Amino acid sequence: MAAAQEQADTTKGGGLIGWIDQRFPMTALWKSQVAEYYAPKNFNFWYYFGSLALLILVNQLVTGIFLTMNYRPSSAEAFASVEYIMRDVDWGWLIRYLHSTGASAFFIVVYLHMFRALLYGSHRKPRELLWIFGCLIFVLLMAEAFMGYVLPWGNMSYWGAQVIVSLFSSVPVIGQGLVEWIRGDYYIADATLNRFFAFHVAALPLALVFLVIAHLMALHEVGSNNPDGIEIKKYKDADGHPLDGIPFHPYYTVKDLFGVAGFLLLFCGVIFFAPTFGGLFLESPNFEPANVLQTPPHIAPVWYFTPYYAMLRAVPSFAGTQFWGVLVMGASIIVLFFVPWLDRSPVRSIRYRGPIYKIMLAIFVVSFITLGICGLKPPSGIYPLLAKVCTVLYFAFFLLMPWYTKLDSVKPVPERVTGHA
Amino acid sequence: MLRIWVLITAALICAGSAVAEEGEIALFESGTDINNTESLQRGARNFMNYCSGCHSLKFLRYNRMAADLKIPEAELAALMFTSDKPFDAINSAMPPDAEGWFGRQPPDLSLIARARGVDYVYSFLKGFYVDKTRPWGVNNLFLPAAAMPHVLQERQGLQKPVYKNKLDEHGSARMVLDGAQLMTPGALKPEEYDQFVRDIANFLDYAGEPVKSKRQSMGVFVTLFLLVFFVFAYLLKKEYWKDVH
Repeated sequence: MAAAQEQADTTKGGGLIGWIDQRFPMTALWKSQVAEYYAPKNFNFWYYFGSLALLILVNQLVTGIFLTMNYRPSSAEAFASVEYIMRDVDWGWLIRYLHSTGASAFFIVVYLHMFRALLYGSHRKPRELLWIFGCLIFVLLMAEAFMGYVLPWGNMSYWGAQVIVSLFSSVPVIGQGLVEWIRGDYYIADATLNRFFAFHVAALPLALVFLVIAHLMALHEVGSNNPDGIEIKKYKDADGHPLDGIPFHPYYTVKDLFGVAGFLLLFCGVIFFAPTFGGLFLESPNFEPANVLQTPPHIAPVWYFTPYYAMLRAVPSFAGTQFWGVLVMGASIIVLFFVPWLDRSPVRSIRYRGPIYKIMLAIFVVSFITLGICGLKPPSGIYPLLAKVCTVLYFAFFLLMPWYTKLDSVKPVPERVTGHA
Repeated sequence: MLRIWVLITAALICAGSAVAEEGEIALFESGTDINNTESLQRGARNFMNYCSGCHSLKFLRYNRMAADLKIPEAELAALMFTSDKPFDAINSAMPPDAEGWFGRQPPDLSLIARARGVDYVYSFLKGFYVDKTRPWGVNNLFLPAAAMPHVLQERQGLQKPVYKNKLDEHGSARMVLDGAQLMTPGALKPEEYDQFVRDIANFLDYAGEPVKSKRQSMGVFVTLFLLVFFVFAYLLKKEYWKDVH
């Protein structure tokens, strides 16, 4: 017995840390995932958004817990409980604005993070699964945001939920039953609010955290891409560390800290000076309680959903059903999962791609933002046409990718990364 | 890369310029100031005298209002219904079945300035005009078929509607409402009335988000702190990155 105890691994040091390390790989994990995780030294501006997304996730989880302590998920009390948080709970207003602004910031950061991947080919082999985990996170994030938006039970919450949930009624044959199953009632009601609350505070955050862990594990397995889109593992020093790599800690922890400071300046600027952000982050009709009898004059989802909403409206009904619009909207998300295989360019980074990809990416960005504007506006005037054109352009970017990336000229790719920011 | 950004920006400007929309009657600019405590105090008094008979502020407590607006306890009592306690929310004297009186229950105004905007509140209070077809003899420029009587008629006086010709989509001219003009003066001069309702609008802006003024002044310190943090974070990064070549 005693001998066996003395045989405990003495290579793991003494003291409290040694005691823990003999029972749990604390130091080993810290080293492999942070202190000795080698990241390319040439990360630029676009590489801040991953760590910022993580920061916002933590912000949403922490502020969400405190909101849950005072929020009441019932159709009779939800709206008043949110105002109770805004007025009577100590610092409740700050917690709520951190959460509501955090939701919009999450999408800004995630959109920029995804755009980074399109810029530098971060989705290409061997990072396909990393990209797919990211896409799954994006899908769950949309579900999480939608259900969270319903909880304050304002009039836009109510009618937004009404519009989005009734989309499912266009599914052939099972549509009507499906919608009742989702709502748990014949209209958006108490039962709907209760189940959305359950999903928003328990099921989806849990799934999101697991997926984020999987995303990070996949990242650390294959290593980070970089603005040159080349592998840094090819050239290693005598110790086996990549020559163009630097340990994540302390180099990128301090760099990301700088990014956090910049982000917080903007984020807190919104929270303290423009928490509704001109009606984009918190929509005006949502300051009126849910009213079954009074539809807001113009129902628009929150800004981060409007590109997809515009696509939904852009597709005309055909053969007596609106289902095609729903299909197109779904396809606009599903197509993201296939990007690693649609992209046939021999190079990853936009730095070494030809003009066609650059032009296509620019068109994609413009059409995505234009779709977002169209989705915010009533479907009249120039907007329906604009939305139709941009929907086609959005899909053209993805569906024509196998051809134009192959056709495109390429520049010679360097062996080693070029400089650092 | 630069060319792409120029292209994107240009395209966005084009998309943005298509956004201009044809409005109805433009709202008046309220010019309220949430930090003007005297205006808020006057607004609270005006609200209690003219509005709170019918409209509640159910999310605002008397004592919270008194503390934020620096209203002394003795004066607060004069603003409250006698049966109310300072901790109570500001309720109206309306019975729950007042719908029969006006055609609809007078709405709670706690969040009206957040839902419709402070300019809307200001414009609405300036927007009553004579309309014999309405039950109370008045209509409103900014809320057509308003169910509310012109409570401030004695203050403002009465306005008559002003029309203009407008071409519809078929090219034929049509009379549309364009504004209102003072017909019989009230107890207040027009500028005095503007200030009177500006104070109410300011107060309702406060009532919509009592922490607004504190939030903004706190934001200045948060921003200053973050600026210092930003500089130090940059210097720290620079120091660590000295040996990366």
